Amino acid sequence: MARSISQRRKTINTVLAWSLGLLIFFPILWTILTSFKTEGDAIAYPPKFLFFDWTLENYAIVQERSNYMRYLWNSVIIAGGSTLLGILVAVPAAWSMAFVPSRRTKDILMWMLSTKMLPAVGVLYPIYLLFIKLGLLDTRTGLVIVLMLINLPIIVWMLYTYFKEIPAEILEAARMDGAGLKDEILHVLTPMAIPGIASTILLNFILAWNEAFWTLNLTAAQAGTLTAFIASYSSPEGLFYAKLSAASTMAIAPILILGWFSQKQLVRGLTFGAVK
Amino acid sequence: MATKASRSAARLMMAPAVILLLGWMLVPLVMTLWFSFRTYLPLRGGDQGFAGFDNYVRFVTSSAFWPAIGATLTIVLGALIITIVLGVLLALLLDQPMWGQGIVRILVIAPFFVMPTVSGLVWKNMFLDSVNGLFAQVARMFGATPVEWIIDQPFASLILIVSWQWLPFATLILLTAIQSLDREQLEAAEMDGATAWKRFWHIILPHLSRAITVVLLIETIFLLSIFAEIKMTTAGAFGTKTLTYLIYQRVLESQNIGLGSAGGVYAIILANIVAIFLMRIVGKNLDR
Repeated sequence: MARSISQRRKTINTVLAWSLGLLIFFPILWTILTSFKTEGDAIAYPPKFLFFDWTLENYAIVQERSNYMRYLWNSVIIAGGSTLLGILVAVPAAWSMAFVPSRRTKDILMWMLSTKMLPAVGVLYPIYLLFIKLGLLDTRTGLVIVLMLINLPIIVWMLYTYFKEIPAEILEAARMDGAGLKDEILHVLTPMAIPGIASTILLNFILAWNEAFWTLNLTAAQAGTLTAFIASYSSPEGLFYAKLSAASTMAIAPILILGWFSQKQLVRGLTFGAVK
Repeated sequence: MATKASRSAARLMMAPAVILLLGWMLVPLVMTLWFSFRTYLPLRGGDQGFAGFDNYVRFVTSSAFWPAIGATLTIVLGALIITIVLGVLLALLLDQPMWGQGIVRILVIAPFFVMPTVSGLVWKNMFLDSVNGLFAQVARMFGATPVEWIIDQPFASLILIVSWQWLPFATLILLTAIQSLDREQLEAAEMDGATAWKRFWHIILPHLSRAITVVLLIETIFLLSIFAEIKMTTAGAFGTKTLTYLIYQRVLESQNIGLGSAGGVYAIILANIVAIFLMRIVGKNLDR
């Protein structure tokens, strides 16, 4: 009896959750479907859901019209470069804060977090001006630097919370066995730290990929990322839903896939360890 | 335990991150403060000297200021209420036993990974457009008159888009918090005959209060500075000019740097007020 009730409850839960999940996912699904339609089918009334002439022509048109590959490459370089640079700077810092904490460690961590709270628009003109003066406007180098700096607090924090979880006893045991500092770092700590570092890289790559304030305001034709590539579709021109959909699908597909692997890190990375 | 040598090594290891962030914070901040006290119009005469507090006064007395505050509050509060209420409900549901839980989670989280320019444009054109948008087509099927969403309901449109983007974040965090709840306590309450509502109100909600606060504060910080969603949909028209958007226009579109910088200082102060509360919670957690 109790079993059948819980079975029924499970069925209701499943139906409800799946309907809501599909509803939330629907705009993405609709965009992906529309990208395979002809422009005519894209605005057909009544809307065509699955039964239309599937075509790949929009993808070809989008690539031809705005050189998708270049924007993609810019996104990869800028998101990847800023993340790796951030990791290089943050690993030693997080490392020393986690393993050689001092009285000021907490203050430094909190201060770093506070720099993340600085609203970008508040410093828009200074950065814009500095970019012009330094010849960084519309360059990938400039964007790598800015995105590295805005994500650095998150990178340091995530690494710090991961490193904190490495038990100090292991270090002491290694020292007892006569391991030098080099052995300690290379053979004991690094293997334990790699999963944390990988998760941090993943989440920050996603954040940098989707960043839209600085990429829109500091780039143009040369260093434009996929966020800027999509923005070029903001002025409607005749029938363009299918092309917009194809461009959108190409811009979000890589990160959607990576994103699904990063659910856990998302919580840790964006709540600064306040929710576990 | 830590030796003197390891302490100085630690300081050295921290130096690059600290120096970079210090520079990133101080240089633009000092420049913004400096410009905010100047009359500075790059396209109309350049830097025309010291302006005292003129920019600060003009920014808050301009006819665009209060509408911008109103627009900011409408969007931020609207999105906060929707994402947190729906987030709690969705998290409760996703915590229940069901088939294909992993897949549902993936579906729910997906919008968070869609870049802001894409969500802005896709929603505006493919859903909210009054001629070919899906909403208009569905309305027509039921014989209703399609609504010109972006023009007639700009706030509802923006709140919808922004909530869609942030609901996954709220749900995911709240779900994580629910999963750390002590199951035995819930079962004991159920044994004692506590109704589902009572269990929610007296056990689950108090347990979630900290996670809700964290979601509230983090979302507020991000929502205060939404930009691409507005640029891609209304471009600040129809009364949707938020504080962030107003400052952006003053700085880059009308190139009134002094005025824009004064606005920037206000935005920084506003963000810091929210940040203080968030930092307190995070800081407390660090002590444990």
